[in-house]
Amino acid sequence: MLSSFSRLFRMLAVGALSALASAAFAQQDTPPDVLVKNVTLEVIDIIAKDKEIQAGNQRKVVDLIEAKVLPHFNFTSMTRLAVATNWEKATPEQKKRLVEEFKTLLVRTYSSALSAYGDQRFDFRPLRMKPTDTDVTVQVRIIQKGAEPVNLDYDMEKAPSGWKAYDVRIGGVSLVANYRTEFANEVRTIGIDGLIKSLASKNKGQAARAEKK
Amino acid sequence: MYGFNESLDEAVVKPVATAYKESLPEIVQIGVRNFFSNLEDIFIGVNNLLQGKPVEAASDWTRVALNTVFGGVGLLDWASEIGLEKHNEDFGQTFGRWGVGDGPYLVWPVLGSSTLRDTAGRIIDIRVDPLRNHKPIATRNVLILTNGISRRAYLLDASRLLEEAALDKYVFQRDAHLQRRRSLIHDGSPPRESASGRPFSADAGVSPVPASSDSDVGQPRAALPPALATSVRGE
Repeated sequence: MLSSFSRLFRMLAVGALSALASAAFAQQDTPPDVLVKNVTLEVIDIIAKDKEIQAGNQRKVVDLIEAKVLPHFNFTSMTRLAVATNWEKATPEQKKRLVEEFKTLLVRTYSSALSAYGDQRFDFRPLRMKPTDTDVTVQVRIIQKGAEPVNLDYDMEKAPSGWKAYDVRIGGVSLVANYRTEFANEVRTIGIDGLIKSLASKNKGQAARAEKK
Repeated sequence: MYGFNESLDEAVVKPVATAYKESLPEIVQIGVRNFFSNLEDIFIGVNNLLQGKPVEAASDWTRVALNTVFGGVGLLDWASEIGLEKHNEDFGQTFGRWGVGDGPYLVWPVLGSSTLRDTAGRIIDIRVDPLRNHKPIATRNVLILTNGISRRAYLLDASRLLEEAALDKYVFQRDAHLQRRRSLIHDGSPPRESASGRPFSADAGVSPVPASSDSDVGQPRAALPPALATSVRGE
């Protein structure tokens, strides 16, 4: 598979790292661009210094993401956008499970991507926003040797507990949008419970693979 | 066709690329990538010009000149070091920029994901590719093969990620590909989609170049002097 689409997934790997990195100190009034920058740098710094992570300890990466990055994502929004029109048809219990399983899937994928992190530089774009804005896009560029820079866009919304990301676009590919068709197909053929089951078994499979490593 | 590509990759391409990645020093792998990337820059410049972006085109050709002369026929990428960033353009993107819609999504043997419009673009890309026109044929074949292996090796981590992220690889890959192409055509700032709609099916008729997309706030396109950006070394 030598096509350019594949290049995208390399970017995904690179980008996911800093995608995770939308975390930081939960200061309510930290502007979103500063938040992204702080969290990215903090996470990268921890990874750079942690010998166990560099040796491939997936568990530690997952812990790091859960501690530093998760608090800055709104997984309910992400899941709602990915499930799209079927969201309204789900019961509260189903919604809860969907959010849980989707979150686990994203965290596992991210932590796996982190191991692909190499020699990249981050260019944090200053955000021009009005004080009244409640929905912004924070732009980061990943600069890598011998390839064009990759844009990393965080769509963020203002919440009482600070700014939260509800989508990440890596090289123009929205994570939320990319799951939308998959989710819609699953719901159409096997229903919402079927989708939950698919996500759960995907997560179990990944967990088993991580154990083996 | 997707299944065929998957099997071919599993059986032959991936093992070869893995061996390449594990046996060669990284500096050699980067050199190989740079060498082929330098050749690509020639027609990336042509496409930028065709899309009405002479500044970017000039930057691309300056890259070729610098990297060929001072970078040992392109093995080193000096131009990036001094802030002339690499671009991503091809004839498919140029057609898209001119207002040609995607057409149906297609998967070609070996080459993988494409669309009807991009296939037409790809045919021109291949025709003008300096590699394909290299003589003698034997050397040309070796070069093309090396380029292929080098590219696949570069994507090993990424393809593993695809395995892990997707419920349905075909669908995930298709949608990512279409989103990616759309973003590339608009140089990273495509018009915003509605949050709930399906973004892809509506794409078939990508609207003609919106004049405003060039002035979108904060969207970097031309090389930006590193000093102007808050660049931080991420190590």
